[in-house]
Amino acid sequence: MQCNFCDSKATVFLTQLIDGEMKKMCLCEQCAQEKGVTDPAGFALGDSLIGEGFPLEAVPVAGSADEGVTCPVCGFTFKKFQQVGRLGCSECYETFGSEISRRLKGMHKGTTHLGRVPEGLVEEHARQQRLDQLRSRLDASIAAENYEEAAGLRDEIQELETIEVAQT
Amino acid sequence: MMRFSTLLKHPADWMTGAAAGTSVVLTSRVRLARNLRREPFPGWSTKERRVSVLDRVKPEVEALPEMKNGFSQELDALTSLQKQVLVERHLISREQAARGEGSAAIVNRKQALCLMINEEDHLRMQSIRPGLALKEAYDLVSSVDSQLEGNLEFAFDHEIGYLSACPTNLGTGMRASAMLHLPGLVLSDQIAQVLQAVGKLQLAVRGFFGEGTESLGNLFQISNQSTLGESEDAIIRRLERVIQQVASHERNARQKLLEDDPDMVCDRVGRAYGTLRHAHVIPSKEALNLLSILRLGAELGFFPAETGGVCDSLLMEIQPAHLQLHSGEKLNPEQRDAIRAKIIRSRLQSLEPPVMVEAEGSEGLHPPSDTVADS
Repeated sequence: MQCNFCDSKATVFLTQLIDGEMKKMCLCEQCAQEKGVTDPAGFALGDSLIGEGFPLEAVPVAGSADEGVTCPVCGFTFKKFQQVGRLGCSECYETFGSEISRRLKGMHKGTTHLGRVPEGLVEEHARQQRLDQLRSRLDASIAAENYEEAAGLRDEIQELETIEVAQT
Repeated sequence: MMRFSTLLKHPADWMTGAAAGTSVVLTSRVRLARNLRREPFPGWSTKERRVSVLDRVKPEVEALPEMKNGFSQELDALTSLQKQVLVERHLISREQAARGEGSAAIVNRKQALCLMINEEDHLRMQSIRPGLALKEAYDLVSSVDSQLEGNLEFAFDHEIGYLSACPTNLGTGMRASAMLHLPGLVLSDQIAQVLQAVGKLQLAVRGFFGEGTESLGNLFQISNQSTLGESEDAIIRRLERVIQQVASHERNARQKLLEDDPDMVCDRVGRAYGTLRHAHVIPSKEALNLLSILRLGAELGFFPAETGGVCDSLLMEIQPAHLQLHSGEKLNPEQRDAIRAKIIRSRLQSLEPPVMVEAEGSEGLHPPSDTVADS
């Protein structure tokens, strides 16, 4: 059997269960070493294989609109992201925002962070979450033609947004 | 600061099976990924910038009270053999071992905390504890996180949480995992079924499969796949619940094997004992699988309880870099197999043959007492 990554003979066979799906892979000794497959800790295994375009994983569809977008902070391109599955810097998440959020849906349990927040950002984080909540309630009340409630929500949102302006 | 030789001479409690309650779950670990704001991730950075990140982060890490008298080394100051030994001890990742200038590894004295600077992310913080102790491991690493965030501005987004080089780590940046020893489920052919069930719960299971469904040393790692959309606490609770269930299946499987097919169990344990005690050439795969059975034998009461810990230490000592370090020279595979056999023989030389008492009034063999570990 041939290695999934090069032309050598495969000697290492790995089966991984991800979300109930069995993924099989054949690797030669050298590729297995390089990709850390023989490391029983295998901590970053899934990550590294997904990142390198593991041939049996579904390959993400190219986002033609963002093809040429370049991160203003670090110069990383969207094309590069498609190649390596990693980003250039924290700002890239802003730069390639829509394309990345699209990919997050299948990747994680949700698309909104519910965990720990750095101490200095706790207040701001709470305000942001409150704003998100109010905005979706506003959308709902407009859809339900409940304009009285919508007006109240709009005022509340504006008030919260002013704090942001005052802070920045 | 702790020297490399000191680190080697004193393996951590979780490496040697010295702690109680590690019969099925060997170790628990939690790793957090953190990055500095607006700074290129290590994989997309220049050497100069990596060095400047290292110069900012390393003093902060070394100054932590947890790291007092710990081990701190830049990767380019370590030989490839030393790096390999750290990988085999699970103190650094294989990816980190491949790095040089601008990367560092800092390990606390007890080797319960390991921080890697400029691995895939600027900072990877990991805590390892023996047995099923994910919460304890998380608390340890989380306290380090809190202390560091005071002086280092970590990249964080209100919508998607901590920002990591790979989107698979977004949100909490947390990967929690446990290493399980599941010989009972493997011997009773239930392993595929159990692993499939776990896989359906958005958790990843990794085993190393040869031909068929056997895994090397019957060791499996269960970890969370998703890092975003759930709190750290929720992830850990879900993971612990599933691991407890798998561990209880394993214990039941062991008990049932002993009741249904004692000859098979005794035969396996006896043969593992015979081979390990007397082999002169033993390949890695065979050694890992037999040590797994010996460990099972110890937990079933065929050997003194401390035998399990001997097996755990051997799992580490018989890996290639450890063998090379032990012999002091570069070894070819044949030499490795011979030295591996020699080390195993010497560690097990005083181990008495398995005690399998024939119980009165019932058929088959039974362990000498009803002390099945952890049941």
